[in-house]
Amino acid sequence: MPSAPSALSLLSAHAPPQMLPARELMAFTLASHIVLVPLAVALPFITLVMHHRGLRRGDPVALLLARRWSAVMAVQFAVGVVTGTVLTFEFGLLWPAMMGRWGDVFGLGFGIEGWAFFLEAVLLAIYLYGWRRLRPWTHFWLGVPLPFVAMLGAFGILAANSWMNTPGGFSLGAAGRPVDVRVRQAVFTPMFGPQYWHFAVAMFLTAGYVVAGVYAVGWLRGRRDRYHRLGFCVPFTVAAVITPVQFVLGDAIARAVFHKQPVKFAATELVWTTDRHVPEYLFGRLQPDGTVKGGIRIPQLDSILAGFSPDTQVTGLTSVPAGDHPTVVQATIAHWAFDIMVGVGSLLILLALWYGWSWLRRRDMPGSRWFYRCAALAGAASVLTVECGWVTTEVGRQPWIVYRHMRVSEAVTSTRAGALWAMLGLVIVVYALVFSAFLAIVLKMRTRWRQADEGLEGEGPESVTPYGPRPETAVPGGGR
Amino acid sequence: MSAGGLVALVLLIVVAAYSCAGGVDYGAGFWDLVAGGAVRGERPRWLIDHSMEPVWEANNVWLIFIMVISWTGFPVFFQTLFTALWLPLALAAVGLVLRGAGFALRKPTRRLAERRVYGAAFAVASLLTPFFLGAAVGGLASGRVAPGTQASADTWANPSSIVAGLLTVAATAFLGSVFLTADAHGLAAVDLVGYFRRRAWASLVVLAVLALAGAVVTRDDAPYVYGGLTSGAGLVLVLAAVVGALGTAWLLARGAFGWARVTAVVCVAAVVFGWGIAQRPYLVPTSLTVAQAAGAPTTLRWLLLVIVVAVVVVGPALVLLYRLDTRGRLEALSDTDLRRPAAARDTPPTV
Repeated sequence: MPSAPSALSLLSAHAPPQMLPARELMAFTLASHIVLVPLAVALPFITLVMHHRGLRRGDPVALLLARRWSAVMAVQFAVGVVTGTVLTFEFGLLWPAMMGRWGDVFGLGFGIEGWAFFLEAVLLAIYLYGWRRLRPWTHFWLGVPLPFVAMLGAFGILAANSWMNTPGGFSLGAAGRPVDVRVRQAVFTPMFGPQYWHFAVAMFLTAGYVVAGVYAVGWLRGRRDRYHRLGFCVPFTVAAVITPVQFVLGDAIARAVFHKQPVKFAATELVWTTDRHVPEYLFGRLQPDGTVKGGIRIPQLDSILAGFSPDTQVTGLTSVPAGDHPTVVQATIAHWAFDIMVGVGSLLILLALWYGWSWLRRRDMPGSRWFYRCAALAGAASVLTVECGWVTTEVGRQPWIVYRHMRVSEAVTSTRAGALWAMLGLVIVVYALVFSAFLAIVLKMRTRWRQADEGLEGEGPESVTPYGPRPETAVPGGGR
Repeated sequence: MSAGGLVALVLLIVVAAYSCAGGVDYGAGFWDLVAGGAVRGERPRWLIDHSMEPVWEANNVWLIFIMVISWTGFPVFFQTLFTALWLPLALAAVGLVLRGAGFALRKPTRRLAERRVYGAAFAVASLLTPFFLGAAVGGLASGRVAPGTQASADTWANPSSIVAGLLTVAATAFLGSVFLTADAHGLAAVDLVGYFRRRAWASLVVLAVLALAGAVVTRDDAPYVYGGLTSGAGLVLVLAAVVGALGTAWLLARGAFGWARVTAVVCVAAVVFGWGIAQRPYLVPTSLTVAQAAGAPTTLRWLLLVIVVAVVVVGPALVLLYRLDTRGRLEALSDTDLRRPAAARDTPPTV
């Protein structure tokens, strides 16, 4: 193992100045986009469940909820389309060498995703704009493929990401270029199954808790009509049912990482040297000498969790040269993200059990205000777990962009660091504006609907033209 | 034809599809930009909103395919493009965000001042995005890009790029106005038929002037592509584009708006195909051929399979969307639809 100073100089020689802004730009845009993904994947499904209920039972409240969710979906999907397009561009703008060398090995997943996404956009347009003029059941059935298409899109993305984690389906030829590509092996890599199911279920779970959270807030504010009850129950039930499933899937992916990406596992569990009887740390910070500061230390537990026995050998970070595993800071980040995800996930299970218990015992929603307080928080908490899961998998893979085959520093664009920092600044400003406008509009829609429901008119009837003559009720000073 | 050649052909078809579908979209944004103040622009903007709404997302997904087919089928080509043309492509990406978000957020907003901001973002980005994409094409076609070329101003701020950028903007304005004329006719908005028809004719004149300027500029600046466009199949396609343009003008005068849409699409698609044919056998004239850039043969065969499956699956859905849209069966939810019907007020909210 090289001594610390020489390893550092080696690292700095490998890290061009544009790597940091490129990485920050990718991280920022992906972290923003991923917030919209659960709703994009699973809100159509939840809406269709409600829609079906409305049609089947002739329930106007259910139909109203489905229509309103459609209206939200229209805005949310549009913002998701543009932030997703940015990510597509960034593959070329930030990591051209990765695409240049590996594009034909792992790009096919994106091909599937592209077509699935196209189908989704088409079917969603028909669904969103079909409420008024299509026959009710025809309209419903045209929407039914949406959840499947969304799952197909996720298939493509996860195939590509899991390939970056456990690349396969090629041989290395001269000059390190891939030859003899075997497509099926490149799509179905070892991490694909665990990643795909863990991700797909996370999307449904998160969307369920987010939507239910909105009505939990209404419930807490005393709006306890059937509208709020239904708006809470349908999405919350979807989420509560799959929360325990996610626990099993989460365990499966952690074990798959242990076997297939042992160094990433070492980072998420702060294991420095390969050993048996490895303790588990809840939080804590890894130090450059391999010790862990702070946190709660549980002896033997990590070995037990990884292999059901304290004798299980766990690979440590130092099993590979210093330049080939996440740095101390990166390992700590991955570890915290992992612990937050597992912690929140465990709390969500308790919440789901509370709900299930109440239905079993009383055939009714829980009565306690504390339940609704927790349910209101569950939406934000599950979005946090999605972010954490993504941080765990991406930061834990460092310094590799393609695990053991290409470093992030080898893939990065040659564009000057200054240009990338400027672009990052611009993107942050644009995204802040877009996301705050998106949030403001969704909140305003909610207020408007509530006022209409309560018989209070808000700002007068909507003018359908973008720049219609100023309505009489326009707020003074609202114009330019 | 080799698998690489087939994938290149598919790529060209997808580029043409994006130029037409996305072009209509950008063009609508262009006319939104120049529609004037709140009162004068009210009617045209109403039509633009109404026509674009159900289809704009699908129209823009074509761009995603261009990227995916490029990096899967021709990895080196993709790397070359995004290295050498970094700035115009980055700016186009920012433009896409502003455009999409501006359009989507304007609709559910009520206050005029906010609508103006979103509308302005949408409309200005509708002008800049096609310009930058066109400029990138100009840099590529003029041979300023080659594998290993680093980003510089010259790759996209050169005579060919500027002409190509302006031509792209003019083409989108032309497509947009023709489609909006037909939509106005379909919705029996008589005043708007005349309004957009005049603009279609005007944009055709601008397009013709720019095309002539382009011919002069590219003769020395982009000799390979110029040669391809002035001989053989390239020339046939250029002539087809001219016939399409003149036919569109004539059909608009006759009031055959549905057919005018077809000829307008033929015109733009012919230009795109002409450019592709003129570049043969290069993806990047004159440094990277299709055969040199082609990815692994297995991947190319699989990519073709994925494309065939997609055509079978997406095709009917897309046809359904456009049919429903042109028949006026798709309409946004209005405020009344989102209001609680009397029957739904089972228990008064206890506030």
